[in-house]
Amino acid sequence: MSLPAYNFAYLDEQTKRMIRRAVLKAIAIPGYQVPFASREMPMPYGWGTGGVQVTAAVIGPDDVLKVIDQGADDTTNAVSIRKFFAKTAGVKTTTATREATIIQTRHRIPETPLHVGQVLVYQVPIPEPLRFLEPRETETRRMHALTEYGLMHVKLYEDIARHGHIATTYAYPVKVDGRYVMDPSPTPKFDNPKMDQCPALQLFGAGREKRIYAIPPYTSVVSLDFEDFPFERYRHPGTCALCGATDTFLDEIVTDDAGGRMFVCSDTDYCETRRAAHSPPPLAGEGQGGGSAAGAAQEASPSLPLPSKRGREEQDLKAAEHD
Amino acid sequence: MYVAVKGGEQAIDNAHALLAELRRGDPAVPELGLDQISGQLSLAVDRVMSEGSLYDRELAALAIKQARGDLIEAIFLVRAFRTTLARFGACEPLDTETMEISRRISATFKDLPGGQVLGPTFDYTHRLLDPALASGGEPPPAATATQADAATMPRVTDLLDADGLIEHSPLDTGAPVNDLTREPLLFPADRDLRLQNLARADEGFLLALGYSTQRGFGRTHPFVGEIRFGEVEVELFAEEVGFAVPLGSVAVTECQMINQFIGGENEPPRFTRGYGLAFGQSERKTMSMALVDRSLRARELGEEVAAPAQDEEFVLSHSDNVQATGFVEHLKLPHHVDFQAELGLVRSMREAFFARTELRTDPLEEAAE
Amino acid sequence: MPGQAIRLDPAIASQAAFRAVMDAMSHPGEVRTFATTVRAPAPLNPAAAAVACALMDFETPVWLDGPLAAAPEFVTWLRFETGAPVVAAADAATFAVIADPLAMPSFSAFALGSHDYPDRSVTLLVQVERFGEGEPMRLSGPGLARPRGFSATPLPADFIARLHVNRALFPRGVDIILASDDAVAALPRSVRVKRESD
Repeated sequence: MSLPAYNFAYLDEQTKRMIRRAVLKAIAIPGYQVPFASREMPMPYGWGTGGVQVTAAVIGPDDVLKVIDQGADDTTNAVSIRKFFAKTAGVKTTTATREATIIQTRHRIPETPLHVGQVLVYQVPIPEPLRFLEPRETETRRMHALTEYGLMHVKLYEDIARHGHIATTYAYPVKVDGRYVMDPSPTPKFDNPKMDQCPALQLFGAGREKRIYAIPPYTSVVSLDFEDFPFERYRHPGTCALCGATDTFLDEIVTDDAGGRMFVCSDTDYCETRRAAHSPPPLAGEGQGGGSAAGAAQEASPSLPLPSKRGREEQDLKAAEHD
Repeated sequence: MYVAVKGGEQAIDNAHALLAELRRGDPAVPELGLDQISGQLSLAVDRVMSEGSLYDRELAALAIKQARGDLIEAIFLVRAFRTTLARFGACEPLDTETMEISRRISATFKDLPGGQVLGPTFDYTHRLLDPALASGGEPPPAATATQADAATMPRVTDLLDADGLIEHSPLDTGAPVNDLTREPLLFPADRDLRLQNLARADEGFLLALGYSTQRGFGRTHPFVGEIRFGEVEVELFAEEVGFAVPLGSVAVTECQMINQFIGGENEPPRFTRGYGLAFGQSERKTMSMALVDRSLRARELGEEVAAPAQDEEFVLSHSDNVQATGFVEHLKLPHHVDFQAELGLVRSMREAFFARTELRTDPLEEAAE
Repeated sequence: MPGQAIRLDPAIASQAAFRAVMDAMSHPGEVRTFATTVRAPAPLNPAAAAVACALMDFETPVWLDGPLAAAPEFVTWLRFETGAPVVAAADAATFAVIADPLAMPSFSAFALGSHDYPDRSVTLLVQVERFGEGEPMRLSGPGLARPRGFSATPLPADFIARLHVNRALFPRGVDIILASDDAVAALPRSVRVKRESD
């Protein structure tokens, strides 16, 4: 029994080379899922092993790493992964989106626009966008090969027939550079437009499913839709109770057991940066929306600033983003 | 005023400290030694070595201790260590015919060369809790083997094969054996990869699948040709010296199932095989593995693939308990962003519903009031 | 051991080389200079040698063009440094290293991947003398906010035509890493290429 000594960024060099080769092929074939020999990591499958392997293969001593989960830097899994790299690679870490050279994420794309040279690494649970329509890998692989994506459109259309609109709210499928249909990982569809023509490199790692895929910088990423039912970016029509943002994805906080709710930015760095820049911060609500939960969500909370402008801005947002 | 939740780091450290304390248990009770776990919970150690894919009793015992007896957690610990080890090469195929036998039974022949060797087994114990064991005390000494037991023990399948009654064991073509820990598992998967996957697979999952074949979900008409358990030499072909050198021995259990015959007009009928092998004494595992191996050969043997145990994508994609537990348990991680997106959708759909039906309140809620 | 040099921690050195290649692959035609202490015996230049060390190993069969295959010191160095098996069949190679671009074989001599697995295709590591000289081309596609010019020398006279054919095969095709003494640039299969004069 011998205790191990770990390499820079944990992974051994041979594993890194294998992952790096997969990353290069993934960049060269945007949206195509490259199979790779995912290793067992010292954290559980489903907790970011794919993202961690990609980050470990890409990261160097000069990198500055940011890790978010649900948009937040201080969620337990984000803290745990950030600590892992601080320990195994000795890299500088940050919570500031702008400062980071590598951002590993689960379920969100930062609100702050990314810039050239940054790498956004997504943790992906199920990389195959067609998986829930066709469970067999042999079949979905053939469908990608033949660009046979009719099934996906049928699914989305069935939603429309049943619910009146497309009922997919996260992991909303996209087409990359006009060729591969791709799963953006379980980000809310609010984030989909940020992927299109993004100046940063986007890498996706699925550890348990052993796939890596990529969107190079400045690549066309189109959310699937129909002419009569165009893609709509959803956002809860509200204002962040902490920073007053009206254009961010919001977390709903249950403040009491009487239907009280408040909404705050899911992106903690974005929210904190705004609060630091606009002092004094706006008065935070205490969950004053009475009545039923549904009512609270639909009605503007009395504490939210700029309620009159909100609706119009939301419309503009949608109009601007649908291409 | 609302303040966002902070302090995840401190919470994690505290949780780990509490875990360590609970793992230790009452400090007035002596701590478990690895030798105790390895010696007295030896079947747990065997399972952790098998499904952890690493033959190291001491490390497996450490993992069991660290995991507080949670074997899947222990398997995970071993796997995460194993993946960091350098590969020096692949050993020669194990020759189980030369096994130093501790136990060997066949259900297909009453007696056979080498005889039936019952060895250590729960099989004919009466499952009565033993109060004597609770209070400690040494068991009476067991009988030791006589010379006769050391006789050669040909494999039952080889005896049948000599008469052409069973399909041949696949020829060793010398082609490199695939390794799903070094290459992604792709479909369709060949038998080497399938067997590797099954050897690492969760015992409970294989047990249930094997059981399902017996109940008609892909019947294979199995007979236990032989189960043998004992020590086998491991040899590595050394390029420098030009021959295979012994590295030591490992304890393994091998199960050879004799199944449903094939053949007909153009070829003579003969039985088919299902194979199971695992580290240590793992009979339930190897028997289940042999049943599932045979079922997964449906495509190769021209049988209809209809039952779950015959479906290689289904079986191989879901057999790994480290993968499965990770993905199931990851549901504990925060998902509030996706939930928020769904919540928004359900709320807007409800709004549309009530607008459509001109009901302003939820009929269920109304009834409840 | 031929071509020895003082080396940084190899983990750090290969990360730097990989990162330059990744950046280059993400921004087709953008030239990335990077410092390396890796030196290979002639005729391979330092940047190409660093890329070889960063990406090749016993899992990647490598095909060598005439000048490289005919340089025993180089072949020994490559085997020693990377452990990569050198193969004679071009279509069996994961990487092909080309020291003399003018004589490089047609792309179709190499593995182009399949429709099911387009990633099972070769990466060409092509050594050039200089970037910014040679027939000017105009690149567009993923990685490029707007079309950009690119040139390198020496390259075959029909190089642009070859890249057209390569793009038409998409998602199959070859990916190309070009290396001068101290810089790399890449032409992934996704890139659209036009003659600058068109």
